[in-house]
Amino acid sequence: MRNVDVSLVTAAIREMCIEVNHKLSPDMAGKLAEAKEREESPLGRQILGQLIENMDIAQKEMIPICQDTGMAVVFIEVGQDVHFEGGNIEDAVNEGVRRGYTEGYLRKSVVRDPLERVNTGDNTPAVIHYSIVPGENVKITLAPKGFGSENMSRLFMLKPAQGIEGVKEAVLTAVADAGPNACPPMVVGVGIGGTFEKCALMAKKALTRNVNERSKIPYVAELETELLDKINCLGLGPGGLGGRMTAVNVAVETYPTHIAGLPVAVNICCHVNRHIVREI
Amino acid sequence: MDRHINLPLTDTDARSLRAGDYVYLTGVLYTARDAAHKRMYEALDAGQELPVDLNGQVVYYLGPTPARPGHVIGSAGPTTSSRMDKYAPRLLDLGLKGMVGKGKRTQEVIDAVVRNGAVYFAAVGGAGALLSKCIKEAEVVAYDDLGTEAIRRLRVENLPVIVVIDSEGTNLYATAADQWKK
Repeated sequence: MRNVDVSLVTAAIREMCIEVNHKLSPDMAGKLAEAKEREESPLGRQILGQLIENMDIAQKEMIPICQDTGMAVVFIEVGQDVHFEGGNIEDAVNEGVRRGYTEGYLRKSVVRDPLERVNTGDNTPAVIHYSIVPGENVKITLAPKGFGSENMSRLFMLKPAQGIEGVKEAVLTAVADAGPNACPPMVVGVGIGGTFEKCALMAKKALTRNVNERSKIPYVAELETELLDKINCLGLGPGGLGGRMTAVNVAVETYPTHIAGLPVAVNICCHVNRHIVREI
Repeated sequence: MDRHINLPLTDTDARSLRAGDYVYLTGVLYTARDAAHKRMYEALDAGQELPVDLNGQVVYYLGPTPARPGHVIGSAGPTTSSRMDKYAPRLLDLGLKGMVGKGKRTQEVIDAVVRNGAVYFAAVGGAGALLSKCIKEAEVVAYDDLGTEAIRRLRVENLPVIVVIDSEGTNLYATAADQWKK
């Protein structure tokens, strides 16, 4: 058994909030540079050039990459031999978000109640997903999510008979409908299987994957590549103003499901696909 | 075509812009997003004056990050315009001349743009650090309690935008993808 003081979680999350909003992970930065090389539309290349310049300014001058610094989505994998001490883990996570967003000059984009809509003033609460794993480490993944793209995300409860063609159609429909609203070039996270909420969670988690990695399941890896090619034939392009580079990656996660169902969730992320991992 | 346009937008300039034009805006515009639009709409319903006279002005759909000390503003890119579609036609009919945002608009908004000789520009979404460099002054002028959603008067220099919907109703989003579709 290992004792972990929750103040370590607070400190890590504070730093992660600030870092991830000013500096894209190398995999995403690399994909945008590659997209600029591959884009055929002159306006598309110009926009991708602006996005790359934007990232440089953000990092050098500590101005957030995007003004929508997101709602903080936190995945915490807790080793089953960990014992948290020094306070409540949920409070510790939210305190980290509060400090990060306040001390890091990040935007406070969270309202206390979805209908009354009064801003909480410190970007809390976070959306937290816990999982228990073997071992005695704590792995934190932070993925602040902007809502331009979140609003364009979709969930489809397909019939098993619709099969893989139904899945492809669902993904392409979601991306085409999202169009310029989701700030292409996008990253597309897809969850297939499980239940209603499980497939949505898989789609979200798929967005935190390294964008250069393919699924370890051969047919899923093929599906990812095929979907990316098809999305990049839609013509939406950077900013939705026409071009080839509509998406830089499609990541698919799967899970066993019920004999009667084929849930498919499509979580769309803009090119500011922020994710950062720390282990304690 | 590259154009340099001064704000506030004149009728002549607004009507001369064409979908696809790359435009650098210089002058004064106002920020407003969801909460400010809702409040303006409620003010109009109650027969009250708007806190800012939008006649002839351009609105930027923006909620910036807080300015660091010594900075005018924080990250300052466009938000998705469609959430303002419910409110935009009424403001256009009251004289609003232009909107800067990103993403699709409804036919009602397009009709109001045409009816009023106005224009809808897109700025590049997710380029908030770059766009913030074009903002030389920023001041909250209404609804201070809304924080990032307050109405701000901005003075911008060469803010890069693209005309998406022009005063004739041509919509770049509707045509651009077809050219590149395979």
